[in-house]
Amino acid sequence: MNGIHDMGGLHGFGPVEVEPNEPVFKTEWGSRIFCMVQVIDGLGVWNLDEHRHEIELMAPQDYITHTYYGRWMFAMERILYRRNILTREEVEQRVAEIAADQRSFTPVQTEGRNWPLAEADKVPWGAWRKDQTVSPAFAEGQWVRVRNIHPPGHTRVTGYTRGKSGQVFRVNDQAWVLPDTRAHYQGENLQAVYTVRFEAQTLWGEAHAEPNSYVYIDLSEDHLELSQED
Amino acid sequence: MGHNHEHPEKAWQAIRTEAIESLLNEINVLSSDDVDQVVKHYEENVGPKTGARVIARAWVDPAFKQRLLADGLEACKELGIGGPETELLHVVENTPSVHNVVVCTLCSCYPWPILGLPPVWYKSSAYRSRLVREPRKVLAEMGVTLTDEIEVRVWDSVSEIRYLVMPERPANTDHLSEAELIELISRDHMIGVARTIALNNQDS
Repeated sequence: MNGIHDMGGLHGFGPVEVEPNEPVFKTEWGSRIFCMVQVIDGLGVWNLDEHRHEIELMAPQDYITHTYYGRWMFAMERILYRRNILTREEVEQRVAEIAADQRSFTPVQTEGRNWPLAEADKVPWGAWRKDQTVSPAFAEGQWVRVRNIHPPGHTRVTGYTRGKSGQVFRVNDQAWVLPDTRAHYQGENLQAVYTVRFEAQTLWGEAHAEPNSYVYIDLSEDHLELSQED
Repeated sequence: MGHNHEHPEKAWQAIRTEAIESLLNEINVLSSDDVDQVVKHYEENVGPKTGARVIARAWVDPAFKQRLLADGLEACKELGIGGPETELLHVVENTPSVHNVVVCTLCSCYPWPILGLPPVWYKSSAYRSRLVREPRKVLAEMGVTLTDEIEVRVWDSVSEIRYLVMPERPANTDHLSEAELIELISRDHMIGVARTIALNNQDS
């Protein structure tokens, strides 16, 4: 989707603000969210592409104003609700009880809850199928063009490379899952991932590109086509 | 939760997190003890020192360096290093004529097992939006001034492949031990927003 998360090339965000000696976690709640997600990652509740896409579905004005872990909280909640592992109502009720400093909470209901997950319901996490092989369509040194596609769902094709040609720097010929389909449970579509080298002028134009600069970006085979440029 | 009084405007997030965590405990999705262990892992066990060990080993052991450049993760395993969020690792080498720097414009992909969790600036809109378009300007603002003769390579790590920059070993360090070399290498060198390595470790 063409969302605010696809930030490469945008103007207007100002300087990069560096905080010296920043702690690993700036807030305790951020550490809890991040680490709860790490634990749940191993339980078959979501796959990594689905989790990423859920973050992208945040309204743009919220995405910009929330912190990184605030976005993770948003995505985690939404998937847990969708999977019927938690309900929004019980979370809101518990929030109200904690905010009111109540000492005891409304007990949780177990009926109708999708937990524990049935084995058949669990989803795999990893992005690379080590037991399978693929036959790459493109070779190192070949010129390729990023397809001009604007899928409304999840994709790892950045806006700033679409329609642009670059040269295959490396063929990562492992059997990689295609995030665009796995995020939506439409199959893994195992395929090679290519590291493509783009000249800055190709991406940003002669007038604004910096000299002697290149961007290398990893793209799935489905996102590329042969280019005549050479 | 500890930081509420420091960030009163964020209090709702702390409360909401507590609500979610308590519910997930009660329905046995997870236990807070397990979450504590993960927090401890990221606060204490992993961090840029891990990556510095990898780079220092490559500096002192040319055969290891070749293995590292060929397959980063396999070589890291020799040092007992690995973990989630890195399925393939490419190490990119700085030379007198090339400077490498890493970003993820779509989210904030980062080699967690090698460098720990990324700093806030790496996840910021400014870094994610600007680095691919004006890397020299961003690097200059962050203290790395590069002449036009030095080729800049920005690695936008949007797939599951992770990147680690290998800085150049500074001259006149033959007398230093591997342990002393490790101390010279910072997180910023391995992301690529620092280039020069100062021997007194006061500068990056």
